[in-house]
Amino acid sequence: MRDDRGTGFTAPAVVLLTLVTAYPLAYVLYLSLFRKMVIFDISKFIGADNYLYMLHDARFWNALENTAYITLVSVALELALGVGIALLINRPFRLKAVARALILVPWAIPTVVSAKMWEWIFNTDSGVMNYLLGARINWLGSPFWAIHAAVFADVWKTTPFVVILIYAGLQVIPRELFLAARCDGAGPWQIFRRITLPLLKPVILVVLIFRSLDAFRIFDTVYVLTGGGPANTTETLSIYAYKLLFQTLQFGYGSAMAVVVFLCVGLISVLYVKMLARESAW
Amino acid sequence: MVKKTAFYLLLSVVLAYCAGPIIWQILTSVKPDQELARIPPLVTSHPTAAHYIAVFSGYPFMRIILNSAIVALSTTILSLAAGSACAFGLAKLRVRYKSLVLAFVLSVSMFPPIATVSPLYLIIRFLGLRDTLYALIITYTTFSLPLCIWIITNFFRSVPDEIYRAARIDGCGPWRIYYLIMLPLSLPALFTAAILVFIFSWNEFLFALTFTATASSRTIPVAIALFPGLHEIPWGDIAAASVTVTVPVILLALAFQRRIVEGLTSGAVRG
Repeated sequence: MRDDRGTGFTAPAVVLLTLVTAYPLAYVLYLSLFRKMVIFDISKFIGADNYLYMLHDARFWNALENTAYITLVSVALELALGVGIALLINRPFRLKAVARALILVPWAIPTVVSAKMWEWIFNTDSGVMNYLLGARINWLGSPFWAIHAAVFADVWKTTPFVVILIYAGLQVIPRELFLAARCDGAGPWQIFRRITLPLLKPVILVVLIFRSLDAFRIFDTVYVLTGGGPANTTETLSIYAYKLLFQTLQFGYGSAMAVVVFLCVGLISVLYVKMLARESAW
Repeated sequence: MVKKTAFYLLLSVVLAYCAGPIIWQILTSVKPDQELARIPPLVTSHPTAAHYIAVFSGYPFMRIILNSAIVALSTTILSLAAGSACAFGLAKLRVRYKSLVLAFVLSVSMFPPIATVSPLYLIIRFLGLRDTLYALIITYTTFSLPLCIWIITNFFRSVPDEIYRAARIDGCGPWRIYYLIMLPLSLPALFTAAILVFIFSWNEFLFALTFTATASSRTIPVAIALFPGLHEIPWGDIAAASVTVTVPVILLALAFQRRIVEGLTSGAVRG
């Protein structure tokens, strides 16, 4: 059967992927070498000028910093919460199926809907968050709170994904290991530290890959929740690139920014894949 | 006993955290306008359908839901068709540069959408597809392919090669093996992929925001993000619209929980 040619079967998918992802990727690299304003019909080759300009663009560095901060903090929180919840539900109890389904809900709803929901919850005057805390915090209007509100909304939306993967990872750890450890007198913390965590390591790495890549290109949540404000303190790289492209219509510089996002994401995946390869080689 | 109580207490905290914001949204959607601006009361004593009526009479909301449904369904069908064929080739047949194709497919799943949005916008404008559903369907289909190919290839690989050989000896060609044997055998995997693709297309925002301009092609996430308000943000109407479009995905998630979990963990967890 290895003699039957399969090129005809793979062709449609490969053609689509080439036309809609690989070709635009080459095109965006090409665009990034131009000064291009679509509506004014300005298009001038300027070489690497866009990239050189970026080095001195404080708004770029600010966006990079915000993106890195959001990625680090939300991925760390999601992982901690995800492992906690997965361990919690990793036992038989009544209505387990219902509980698992409910935990899945934040993952399933549209990100825009979740962002709007949190915008309403974080409303200063009539938001339920301030009511519950008995406070009057200007969540989305003050630089310190706004970025953390965005992290919070992102963590809420994506923790279910982590729970699902970690929970599945827990299922493949042989029960005998826990029983043996308990016979030997290990406490719950020791079991977690010495058995559960090391055996979960490959799954945790996979979770980290998926979530870091997703968090680094974060757009929907922040765009809807704060629009990058107040005063660009929540502006991420994707949002800055989007604003350059479709609000100020600078297709050249915006494309250069998009290329940088792509390179960062590529770098992150290479790092993780290397870690994963070392893990499985061992 | 104490342990059990603590467990259920923690579990209720977790469930409240997950479901709380949505419940709050539902409560908001039935509050009369004058009660929206202040808390208490948390739960209104005069529930009203006014916001739901406003959403469906004041905005082209039916049209937008229809757009989303058309886009999500077409994307699901197209990406399953192209994805399963590709998976069949990769899993069972001889394909030149197979590992290269596989690497390419996988790397696309890591693409940040923002990296391709500007050229795609120019291409779509050039082809005159701006503000049409085609632009979204083609883009979503492509970006769903890696997931489809991944899930279905894994499944096809688990189908014994003997089945293929036996059919081949009986004179069945690859195409007929594909749609008479492999596709019916892999319905569970196809279904898993279908749900994930449907939810992705129903929820996608960045491309939809960029490629659409009017209600004739707008999808739900764009409509909700750009919800028009004259003087104040119409929180009640937004809540009603959100609840309306969230219910279908929540029902999907509840009904097909096991399939979704299977799809998300496929390949990520090795035994």
